[in-house]
Amino acid sequence: MSTITRRSTLHRKEQRVALIFVALPVIGFAVFTIFPLLFSVYASFTEWNGISAPVFTGLANFQAMMVDPYFWQAMWNTLFLMIGIPIGLSLSLLLALALNRKMRGTTFFRTVYYVPVISSIAAVAILWQWAFNGDFGLINQALAMIGIDGPNWLANTATVKPAIIIMSVWKGMGYSMLLYLAALQSVPRHLYEAASLDGAGVLQQFRNVTLPMLRPVTFFLVVTSIIGGSQIFIEINIMTPGGGPEFASASIVWYIWQKAFNYLQMGYATSMSLVLGLIVFAVTAIQFRLNRRNQFSID
Amino acid sequence: MSHSSTTTASPAPSVPHTPLPKLPARRRNAQDKQYRIGNIIVTVLLSLGAIIMLAPLVWTFSTSLKTHEAVFALPPQWIPAPAVWENYLRVWSAGPLWSGIKNSLIVAGSVTVVGTVASSLAAFAFAKMRLPAKNVLFLVLLAGMMVPFPSMMIPQFMMFATIGWVDTLLPLIIPGLFGNIVMIFFLKQYLDSIPDSIIEAAKIDGASFLQIFAKLILPVIKPAIAAQFILWFMGVWNDYLAPIIYLNSPENQTLQLVIASFNATYATQTDYPLIMAASFIALLPVLIIFVIFQRQIIESVALTGAKG
Repeated sequence: MSTITRRSTLHRKEQRVALIFVALPVIGFAVFTIFPLLFSVYASFTEWNGISAPVFTGLANFQAMMVDPYFWQAMWNTLFLMIGIPIGLSLSLLLALALNRKMRGTTFFRTVYYVPVISSIAAVAILWQWAFNGDFGLINQALAMIGIDGPNWLANTATVKPAIIIMSVWKGMGYSMLLYLAALQSVPRHLYEAASLDGAGVLQQFRNVTLPMLRPVTFFLVVTSIIGGSQIFIEINIMTPGGGPEFASASIVWYIWQKAFNYLQMGYATSMSLVLGLIVFAVTAIQFRLNRRNQFSID
Repeated sequence: MSHSSTTTASPAPSVPHTPLPKLPARRRNAQDKQYRIGNIIVTVLLSLGAIIMLAPLVWTFSTSLKTHEAVFALPPQWIPAPAVWENYLRVWSAGPLWSGIKNSLIVAGSVTVVGTVASSLAAFAFAKMRLPAKNVLFLVLLAGMMVPFPSMMIPQFMMFATIGWVDTLLPLIIPGLFGNIVMIFFLKQYLDSIPDSIIEAAKIDGASFLQIFAKLILPVIKPAIAAQFILWFMGVWNDYLAPIIYLNSPENQTLQLVIASFNATYATQTDYPLIMAASFIALLPVLIIFVIFQRQIIESVALTGAKG
């Protein structure tokens, strides 16, 4: 056997083994992502109760969606709840800057602020529901100490969304703090030294050295927070089981879940889930575009 | 961003640079003093923040040890007197807590153990083996991460309903066995830093790919696998949306669903100590894992962001 054919049989063998190694994830992806996604596209054009076969109805679901006040309310609620994202990111950047100082106790603080991130969201939602209790909750008892008579947070249309935002910020802050901290520690020191030789003050150094160096992490956090925030469900399901007072805290995933599994309007629910998927995709794509353009403007 | 970015407060590596001009001693002392005062202020603020972070958790534990009446005491008691430890005995017979723990362990254990093997082998193939169009394939898998679970959960549910798996743990287990793209991505990044020449040398010596994986690759990526394994386990353990879709009977539910139904059932009876005891039991395993493995977890998470 000549060397060339021997090598090509070896290559073929390697390819076969490699194919076996990647087979499981690829099959899993086809069966549990691609197929359901394609089926979603089909089912969104049908009326389907999950028991009998789907009946093709064209664009009826999407037309119904346009005039469904609950759909729009749920979309609005989901968007509103994302106010927590910039609040959380700013706070976690402050935390990371504080923990980046040379001082004692930073490891301890890092652990403490990270504990909510790893905690079960179901348990966290339960304990915050109790903390937001109007008469005996932790929040209102703390407010009473400074003479404020707190509302019944989760039963009030004006306060139910802020309450959930407060909880989400508390839960998620540690994660972005950790990523910011890692990024801060990888900023080369000589950049600061050069800046301070040029006479830049602390604030100028922050604006012209720190913030640009943190840009990739910020981008990553904004993208993943928006993808995650658009799918908020568990907190809503546990803290406000009926979608909140006057539907004020129902998120879009909560509404999809409700329509699909409580009302068995699978076709309609699927069409809403597809719209959600498309919006998430579009927003992410736009962010990637903007990010690329901004990077050019720095260079 | 560099590979070695960790969150430990290690001094930055000394980069050769022109030394700063020496300041007069008095000014340097003044700056040191300013920095120390800054540290004190920051520590005080961080401590206040830490109290806010921990208060709800401490409050949960405190409530779980109270009598029915003490829950409604004004002003609130932080240290319950008397402490009713019986709540932690009562809770086991008040609902299917034990079967919840068992079910969560079955799901999280089987998914992470089998899925980690699948993910590691795939990461090895994607990083180090010859396979036509493997990069395209990898990017397609990665793009799949962007599909929100709600956009595929209804057809997935119907798939499992057709084969009669609703109200069993199988729909929660089976998809996970095929591996996890986040883990594949992370391990592949890790493997990319290993030189190909080592593997080529082993190949010439006639080692099989499984042998190369076991003898050369595994020892190197073990820490990365361990960290990803823990993160994945905690993720599955804390999952809620998939379980709530598939599991109806109380005895088949995972722990997170069990405590949620505790919450719904006992809130009407205002038995808050019982709810909080159940929630605290659900929080505890992950808290313990975190405290034990916090260095690995934190470094691994920090690295994910750096790679992103």
